Amino acid sequence: MSTRPGVRRIAELAPLIRTRTLTPMELVTSCLARIDARSELNTFIAVFREEAQRDAERAAAEIAAGRYLGPLHGIPVSIKDLIDMAGVPTTSGSRVPGRVPATDAPVIRRLRQAGAIIVGKTNLHEFAFGTTSDETAFGPVRHPQAPARSPGGSSGGSAAAVLDGMCLASVGTDTGGSVRMPAAACGIVGLKPTFGELSCDGVVPLSPSLDHVGPMARSVYDTGLLFQALKGATVQGVAAAGGRLAFGVPRSYFCERLEPAVRCTLESSILRLREAGYDVVDLEIDHAACTPDVYLHIVLPEASYYHAAALDAHADKYSPGVRLRLEMGRYVLAEDYLRALGLREVLGRAVDAVLDRCDALLLPTLPIPPPPVGASTVDLDGTPAPVRAAMLRLTQLFNMSRHPAISLPAGRGPEGLPRSVQLVGRRGRTERLLDIAAAVEQVLG
Amino acid sequence: MMTIEAWLEAALADAERRNLPDLKPLLETLARSTQALRRADAAVCPADAVRPAPQEHG
Repeated sequence: MSTRPGVRRIAELAPLIRTRTLTPMELVTSCLARIDARSELNTFIAVFREEAQRDAERAAAEIAAGRYLGPLHGIPVSIKDLIDMAGVPTTSGSRVPGRVPATDAPVIRRLRQAGAIIVGKTNLHEFAFGTTSDETAFGPVRHPQAPARSPGGSSGGSAAAVLDGMCLASVGTDTGGSVRMPAAACGIVGLKPTFGELSCDGVVPLSPSLDHVGPMARSVYDTGLLFQALKGATVQGVAAAGGRLAFGVPRSYFCERLEPAVRCTLESSILRLREAGYDVVDLEIDHAACTPDVYLHIVLPEASYYHAAALDAHADKYSPGVRLRLEMGRYVLAEDYLRALGLREVLGRAVDAVLDRCDALLLPTLPIPPPPVGASTVDLDGTPAPVRAAMLRLTQLFNMSRHPAISLPAGRGPEGLPRSVQLVGRRGRTERLLDIAAAVEQVLG
Repeated sequence: MMTIEAWLEAALADAERRNLPDLKPLLETLARSTQALRRADAAVCPADAVRPAPQEHG
């Protein structure tokens, strides 16, 4: 095999494993070698070498005995270290003492039932409370294609690991965009399903009313395989949606402050979709401009509530920036929190209303390229902006509105790094969104 | 309703008492955001309107 198997798609490798042309041991060995070769990227917090090799041998024996479990059988995956695995510390990327769970989180259990092999737990922005994965007790995660830059966050280790072929897919979490943003920065696919669709049991919360578990992989098809496994559904993949799809582009707020290459990628994507015979129309989401203020007044107090006891006992163990954001949340008035919850419902209905007029929304995922490691501000269309606020700008609405959203690569900027677009589908129709995304991927891929 | 000015003054005093001087710029940012939140709320849901209860978490 000329190309490292870790950088190939599950859809290509699964048939090779099923027919025993490629063994799970070869695949796991390749991924572990890549993890070791690029340790300077700080991608993993824990690597399970012996367990992964043992699981690979067991998978090979099962397949040889005719007990093939499906497309994820024998496939190496990674898990964001915010999710519980039995007997392994859940560090959340922090020096604050974590927990050693007795049982796997349900999503982990389902991955194992589908035959996936967990090679390790990935680094992240501490407690998932950031967008750059550089505030962590395990060293800043670095972009595999540009190590001076961030791979995004908070699931930055997951995205970097998939991009670099350290595993074929990963499971992250997304509270304001933490699956989609690093997927966009790394040029892979990241899905935030409909709220509540994938269990968050056994996942350290950031903001329970906004938290989602979501898969990341190299293609929409592979991402769909993982989503089906995590959901406990039959793992059979997705099929590109047929027919004349209609896409709505929300211009106000979402397209107002974009780096030129992001804007160019969006406009080029619109053009290519139209050339492919799809309809693309402009539309407006009512009240969208209040999105960051509503989000802030929900995420801050919910995060502070969870961390209250640890903040009092272990304040010095938090990264300074994460600690300050958690402290800030303690000052939000209950009345303003409830005000934000009310506005959240208004925003959700506004997204529902525009989705009545199209099959999916189309917009950028990130308004900027992957930022430098350690940057506190970035240039956002000619104006300095806090990096966290800039990166969250286009994704956080759909955590509040509970709609499924997916990021997929759509081009590259002048420095050679990825630019991506985001599709948003109807609530409760995540499978349909994956089918639509597969159709878009065929055009933009 | 507690005004933004009164809230910010109390929050800054508390942060100072707790020896968290770095919190000051964040609280000032939060104050601006709360002001914007209240403006948006007033525009969407006028003061004399019956307020719907937010959906239960989850």
